Amino acid sequence: MTIPENSPHRSFSESFIASLYDLPDGERIRTCLQCGMCGGVCPFGYAMEFPPNKMIATLRADVFDWVMKSQSVWMCISCYACAQVCPSKIPLTTTLMTRAKEELLLAGNVPTELQQALENSQRYGNVLGQSQRKRADWTKALKYPVPLMGQDRKSADVLWFVGDYGSYHPRIQLVSKAVAQVLAALGIDFGVLGPDENSDGDSQRLAGERGLFETLAAKNGQALRKYKFNQILVTDPHAYNAFKNQYPALGISYPVKHYTQFLVERLDQLKPLLKKAANMRVAYHDPCYLGRANDIYDEPRQLLQAIPGVELVEMSHHHTTSLCCGGGGGGMWMDGFQWEKAQARTTNWRIKEALAVKANTLAVACPYEPPRFEDAARNIREAAELAVKDIAELVADALND
Amino acid sequence: MDIAVVVKLVPDLVEELAIDESGAALDTSYLRLIVNELDNHAVEQAILLKESAGGQVTVIAPDLEGVDDILFTAAAKGADRLIKLTGAMSGVNNYALSNSLAAIIREIKPHLVLTGVQANNDLDGSVGPRLAALLGMAYVGYVSGVTPANDSVKVRKEYSGGLVAQVAVRLPAVLGIQAAGKPPRYVPISKIRQMSKTARIKDQPAGDLDAGNGAAVKHMFKPEMGTHATMIEGEADEVADRLIAIFKEQDIL
Amino acid sequence: MSQDIFVVIEHLRGKVADISYVMLAAARVIAQATGGQVVAALLGHNAQELAGNLAADRVLYVEHPALADFTSAAYQTVLESLLREHAPRAALLGDTSIGGDVAAWLAARLSWPLVSSCRSVSAEGAVIRFVSQTCGGKIMAEGDLPGPCALVMIVPGGYKPEQGQSAQTPQVTSAAAPPLEGLRVAVDNYVEPDTSDVDISREPILVSVGRGIQTLDSIGLVEELARALGCPVCASRPIVDQGWLPTTRLVGKSGKVVKPRLYLALGISGAPEHVEGMGESEMIIAVNTDPAAPIFNVAKYGATVDLFDLAPALTEKIQEARRQRGTHHGAASS
Repeated sequence: MTIPENSPHRSFSESFIASLYDLPDGERIRTCLQCGMCGGVCPFGYAMEFPPNKMIATLRADVFDWVMKSQSVWMCISCYACAQVCPSKIPLTTTLMTRAKEELLLAGNVPTELQQALENSQRYGNVLGQSQRKRADWTKALKYPVPLMGQDRKSADVLWFVGDYGSYHPRIQLVSKAVAQVLAALGIDFGVLGPDENSDGDSQRLAGERGLFETLAAKNGQALRKYKFNQILVTDPHAYNAFKNQYPALGISYPVKHYTQFLVERLDQLKPLLKKAANMRVAYHDPCYLGRANDIYDEPRQLLQAIPGVELVEMSHHHTTSLCCGGGGGGMWMDGFQWEKAQARTTNWRIKEALAVKANTLAVACPYEPPRFEDAARNIREAAELAVKDIAELVADALND
Repeated sequence: MDIAVVVKLVPDLVEELAIDESGAALDTSYLRLIVNELDNHAVEQAILLKESAGGQVTVIAPDLEGVDDILFTAAAKGADRLIKLTGAMSGVNNYALSNSLAAIIREIKPHLVLTGVQANNDLDGSVGPRLAALLGMAYVGYVSGVTPANDSVKVRKEYSGGLVAQVAVRLPAVLGIQAAGKPPRYVPISKIRQMSKTARIKDQPAGDLDAGNGAAVKHMFKPEMGTHATMIEGEADEVADRLIAIFKEQDIL
Repeated sequence: MSQDIFVVIEHLRGKVADISYVMLAAARVIAQATGGQVVAALLGHNAQELAGNLAADRVLYVEHPALADFTSAAYQTVLESLLREHAPRAALLGDTSIGGDVAAWLAARLSWPLVSSCRSVSAEGAVIRFVSQTCGGKIMAEGDLPGPCALVMIVPGGYKPEQGQSAQTPQVTSAAAPPLEGLRVAVDNYVEPDTSDVDISREPILVSVGRGIQTLDSIGLVEELARALGCPVCASRPIVDQGWLPTTRLVGKSGKVVKPRLYLALGISGAPEHVEGMGESEMIIAVNTDPAAPIFNVAKYGATVDLFDLAPALTEKIQEARRQRGTHHGAASS
């Protein structure tokens, strides 16, 4: 028996599956082998009632409402690990997991922690719920000027999209200051949007709030259109993902580079400036949204190796198998929820991996990571000497000024 | 049970506040308004009651910047009717606001009127008890939870010290909400956007906004710095060291 | 119309609330200027003895079985008739769960002006000046109290309760209650505060968290800090409304009033509703990234560092200090 497309009796599973087929490569869901590799590789698969393979099984059995009643989808940190290993090449993260979160959000099944981050983004344009007017406050009284578009200049070669955490989070402001220092050392002609900048919205999108993402994107698009520049520089891989893969479809299309790519392009100019030798054994943590989501693995490593005295080592999970910090897909705002469900933190495992290869520095390239890894390191006695640094901070430290 | 919810817009305290040149009012050019948080709880409580007992929910708010969004959000949560009180609403006191609201609510004839028990800019008491007096309804405030019971409602009324009274209130009544039975729900922007296309906001002129014989503010100021804390400067580590020293001085450690 | 100042005494279940004494102290300031008397309006059933230590010139006692519990309906009816009859220069009520049910209702019925959130009063000749707090305590508003009669809702903080207490029992006169039938509000019962949890009002040290902590996860960091200090964690309203801590840990207007030796406020802005519950603490130390947060106006010490950095650092240093003391003692005894 076939039920006609528009029949009101069409089950939720069916309409949901149809919506998946409309997404790019969504139809690959048909080819699921039920091998369970996705649930196995998922950092929180063990804590999910319905890991991706079981979700597909419920779709096939027409009982997807079971998934809707559970909160297990909120354990997904959109890290692309499942999509990476799927032998049928199903883009699980961008299709099944994100769509399921959208449905949960519509149904009001939202952890309160996430709700607050979304409300903040809606109201203030940043997840931290801070006054948008204070977005450029971190640039005040800096040794290296950070020009404000509109106020200090109308055009620039490079528009630096600083991001929520880079603008407001005290730990990540240090990273922003390091980036400003490096840009100044290279004589880059750049500017920031300041109060006109809104959250890139990508993690909100992956947490199921597509409408919010579109609203934030539109605001950013509007702000960007006011100025002339040649390219966008981002410090946040999630912003990179937004500008690279999502914004163009919304009519916001600019060349974009993550700062690691941007600096590697200028390595000839940068390298002679890096004179202060360090004695560091550095393990590099591939952020999900540089690595698996966007295939950027080499530039961060090239940059690290350009720093005198850096010995680069690989942890057991690296490149495509990198272990998520737990902050993606809304996880950044659901730490309490995650802990309650999983009684574990991926960051703790990661710190132990860094210690296992005898690194004294854990290098990162995403603003979600320093506070998360530093929190974990504080809880591990052996990690007392382990430094967590953004690559930009390591580069800035090596500058001879 | 038909419910009218009164929602106020108040200064957003996340933004810095400034006092205008007259020295007697907030600088509105710098002010950003936000829905009064307790009114948001009142909306939630109304929707919870509608979900459990049926009826119509009407949300009424003064025409100030951002009001449409607030009303459409309420509609996305389940409100049936949206009313915007139009007129020179900026800086209106609760005396004037209550008088115009009472006229509208008399026409709606709800069983229950819900509003936040207070707002951060109330200077002449809150709206709820004034409405109750004007409408001849009972009033109970500091309510955190409402259960329908025939021609009355049972409410949890909070007192300081954590004491809670179960109070029976005969309808029609006005309730000042401190907290809804559940935290206010999140509505995805897509739903709000859809409401902004389908839901209708009814403009209702506020009429005479006479401020009455209320007290006039002559002077506004930020609390003096004389009583300000001694600030401990430095990074977290230095602050922690200083705090340890203070704890030791105080014999806490 | 008289120059007297009325104070509506708040009491619940046999105990006069502190706000009543605060109001009596404020009333005295006005009465000295107007030359009138401070009159305490005490409404209750077999509650005459509560007049005992009120610092009033006289007490008007209204006795009625319907006044055994506070209900808005009964208080509204009695006070409307009492105030119409006496028409005092000012009637003071608490900006509380009790006064809040009555004051604005009376203002509408009597057509009297009403000033709420009033923290302190002063007089210059016949002019009575009020200072009210607004915008979460970030702004104070000052003005003259209109006449000939006015209602004032008082918040705590401007006067100490002891200022409104007297060793002498004031003269008590009875006033007849108006008919109290067909009231539409009735108390069914009281729900006792949960006693299974720790009683934060008895703790000498408290660590308290507010909206500034952003995520549920950071409560973990604060709990560790509290464990190191050997004290419980309490919170302001938003945290409890989110369900992140139980209501037994709520400090403020609708929660507990605490007076610990040390109150460590983390990410708390210091809205008046919270300060009401902790303003009398012996020492308040506040940590908030917003340097303009009103909490710094009641705190002895303050810092604007991020509490995600501070909490773990402080936890570690406390543990370290305890270890050192431990070895110290050990060394002394050996």
